[in-house]
Amino acid sequence: MKHPMRAPVPPTLFAPARRTRAGMVFGAVLACANACALAQSAPQVEQFTLANGLTVIVKPDHRAPTAAHMLWVRVGAMDEVDGASGVAHVLEHMMFKGTKDVKAGEFSRRVAALGGQENAFTSSDNTGYYQQIPAGRLEEVMRLEADRFANSQWDDAEFKREIEVVKEERRQRTEESPRAMLYEQAAAVTFLASPYRRPIVGWMSDLDAMTPADVRAFYQRWYVPANAAVVVAGDVEVAQVRRLAEKYYGGIPARPVPERKPRSEPEQAGQRTLDFKATASQSYVSMAFKVPKVEPADLHAAPGTPSPTAAASREALALTVLAAVLDGYSGARLDRALVQGQGGERVADSAGASSGRVGRGPQLFMLDGVPAAGKTTLQVADALRRQIAAIAQSGVSDAELKRVKTQWAASETYKLDSVFSQARELGSNWVQGLPLDASMRLIARLRTVTAAEVQGVAAKYFGGDQMTLATLLPQPADPNRAPRRAAVPTTGDLR
Amino acid sequence: MLNATKNIAVRALLVCATGLFYHFNALAAIPVQHWTQANGAKVYLVESPAIAMLDVQIDFDAGSRRDPPGKAGLASMTANILEKGVRASVRRAGPPQASTAPSGGSAVREATSVGASDFSAGPPQASTAPSGGSAVREATSVGADVALDENALGEAWADLGAQFGAGASADRMSFTLRSLTDPALLDQAVALAARQIAEPAFPDAVWQRERQRLEAGLKESYTRPGSVIGRAYSQAVYGSHPYGYEMTEATLSSIAFADLQAAHAAGVVACRARISMVGAVTRAQADSIAARLLSRLPQVACASLPPLPPVAEVARLEQAQEKSIDFKSAQAHVLIGQPGIRRADPDYFPLIVGNYILGGGGFVSRLTNEVREKRGLTYGVSSSFSPGLHAGSFTVGLQTRPDQTAQAVQIARQVVRDFVASGPTEAELKAAKDNLVGGFALRIDSNRKLLGNLAGIAWNDLPLDYLDTWTRQVEKVTVDDIRAAFARTLQPEKMVTVILGAAS
Repeated sequence: MKHPMRAPVPPTLFAPARRTRAGMVFGAVLACANACALAQSAPQVEQFTLANGLTVIVKPDHRAPTAAHMLWVRVGAMDEVDGASGVAHVLEHMMFKGTKDVKAGEFSRRVAALGGQENAFTSSDNTGYYQQIPAGRLEEVMRLEADRFANSQWDDAEFKREIEVVKEERRQRTEESPRAMLYEQAAAVTFLASPYRRPIVGWMSDLDAMTPADVRAFYQRWYVPANAAVVVAGDVEVAQVRRLAEKYYGGIPARPVPERKPRSEPEQAGQRTLDFKATASQSYVSMAFKVPKVEPADLHAAPGTPSPTAAASREALALTVLAAVLDGYSGARLDRALVQGQGGERVADSAGASSGRVGRGPQLFMLDGVPAAGKTTLQVADALRRQIAAIAQSGVSDAELKRVKTQWAASETYKLDSVFSQARELGSNWVQGLPLDASMRLIARLRTVTAAEVQGVAAKYFGGDQMTLATLLPQPADPNRAPRRAAVPTTGDLR
Repeated sequence: MLNATKNIAVRALLVCATGLFYHFNALAAIPVQHWTQANGAKVYLVESPAIAMLDVQIDFDAGSRRDPPGKAGLASMTANILEKGVRASVRRAGPPQASTAPSGGSAVREATSVGASDFSAGPPQASTAPSGGSAVREATSVGADVALDENALGEAWADLGAQFGAGASADRMSFTLRSLTDPALLDQAVALAARQIAEPAFPDAVWQRERQRLEAGLKESYTRPGSVIGRAYSQAVYGSHPYGYEMTEATLSSIAFADLQAAHAAGVVACRARISMVGAVTRAQADSIAARLLSRLPQVACASLPPLPPVAEVARLEQAQEKSIDFKSAQAHVLIGQPGIRRADPDYFPLIVGNYILGGGGFVSRLTNEVREKRGLTYGVSSSFSPGLHAGSFTVGLQTRPDQTAQAVQIARQVVRDFVASGPTEAELKAAKDNLVGGFALRIDSNRKLLGNLAGIAWNDLPLDYLDTWTRQVEKVTVDDIRAAFARTLQPEKMVTVILGAAS
């Protein structure tokens, strides 16, 4: 992320309350099982492709005179190679450092002058840039974004300063957090061939060794029109966006999208474990299980269409329901059994489950928890797996199934409240190669998942051989441990 | 694709239907409706009919500033436990209550069962349409509502597709409700919320468990640099004021069951409620919903209640103070500041516009430019005011590699000193206004954002046209206003500086 998420002025026009207890705006988002949510006619979405291969997606929504403009590039940390981890994210930072017409920092100043808010983000699967603007300013941000997509240009001194900012970001978001460090190392143990094993922000030594040329080469290679999509949602018309897209993005020369190597993860045949020691008071355990994902082709096809991956895609949906039954609402199974200790002893202060479902790379089903005072991570891990085993043995109730299926229906209505989150969903679906109406298709199919299917995946995917068990072992603060130093001296501009 | 004619028609329909904006390119008026209910509760409404959903926030003067000394954390614990169960109660016969069914509907809706929980075990609640010739029936049911534990509540909310929460900030104890407006769902959501607001069970076993979890969380927080410096800073800035109270194992163990009940009884009082609503409801429906949400609280006039005790103001700092905390972490953390302003401060606008320039405006602020963009010393540096009922802090915060702490602190201090001494340039002020005024629509372009603003109007007794005049208030701020306001408000030579984890 280019800079820490925060609104220039508090998000309301009033100063925020000093502290609000986390969780005030609660957990589960659920809903009526009938068609009430879907009856909200979602505004029409249009998608088209320019001659140079760039995809454009437009979702008019005239509720307020604002718009979100996003540029999505189908390149992320998973497209990097060893020794250059973090380069996709560093490039995201450097995209704010100018073009031949716009000098460093000017992009942000101009967006601010338009009344806009902006940021950018990098994940394993994609890189994204966005501006939220008064709708009347759309043309100006499209011009600016198209310019930097095609003409990003900065000198080495800019890179030298910004790479230090990125290292600070790594320290702040990863090295400062024992659990973030645990996740980083657990990914490296879970995946061998898949690029998901490398951290998105990059290993520190790779950041130390990165050169401006590495970043420019990555940009040249991947930022081609056919590897990108512009998404505009809000108070706009399709014809207007088409005209502006042609005008500003249409002239960018077409270039081939580089070949991508599959780097398929070999089948795991045996449990992997990771112990990670860090200064903390609470221990923590996470279990990652390799599971199938929804293949985009199966979501494009009509339900029930035969394909080599149809069964696996169906199982991915059942795993989604399984995660929701375990942890989808306040008082769901994990909370009751582990945190409340219903029918036994309380073993955890928190417990969770989540399912990956879609992604360019392999997907995981995660179970995790923090032991209660006097309990161990082993007890928590056992209790988590016992909850899966109980479902494998006895299935789930109709009430649970119905309850979790209603979640997505309500969320379909609530998400209409934010033009920005609609744009984000459209872009994210495009990155994955999913249809424009993927979320409605997913909901329709999730509704057809049966208790037997949920029971089936609970019995199939949670053996030890496909698991990585990662444990945080808390250590008292060590007064003698030296703070982490930069591996190379930095100059900083001291003037 | 829609053809042009149809498209325009659709657009016109949507624009008219929203009620958010009457004109497409003007910063049109936001029609805030306000009235006081018979029980004294003040209601604020913005109708936003485009999406069949409703957001509600109810605020009470029961935030943590009212925590008794030695019982820091009481307000947030109370809010926490309020989410964990409702007690059994006998339902009183009441006056007929309008339902949220659209007017013109003819059927009286019975609340229907919503799932496997025992949530709907009570007698169906009578509800009537507000107008339009539909049948009206007296709500005469008198019966028992069974107790619901935390799991029954979780299931009930899930089955309704609705969300309910309680929380406490420094000033307010707040309840929030988000529901679809399908009458069958909304009426039940309102009824359930009313029980949670008024009839918490305060189950002892849950209370003991939550205490254990909080204690474990506290111990963990002592190992986290951000938490450690936050506590030290808060104490240094606020001294003995309740804004500086921090929950500890000791305060947690001194909070008794009776304290929770007392905090709820004293704070959650119908006549003092500020209810803000944004969504697809009419004024008549909103009035009915507001009444029902508070219907289970005692309907006592505020005039007959003893006034809430005053809370002292935050004391100004007499001298600069520098605290250094030894801590091994990947980054040094720095907080610099002092008590800032109350929300009612007449300098509010010059200060927020000025702070956008100083350190609030993301990439384009002076602090970001000097500490990050020019020198690469940090990923994030910012400044903020936190105006409340009392003078919340003005704070500059940054993190940096431990060995460059001194440089970062020196630059941040210099930037603040320069700004307080000289104010912004005309060019900076213009850029700030371009962003704040130009981007105003982005602050109110969803129901959720509107609700936050509406609750702010309600809580701070701001004029109903506050949102309509906001850009004008920003526009009229001058460089001199900002310089004068900062000079009145901030004393860089008396600020607190807390540094954690610097390399020695």
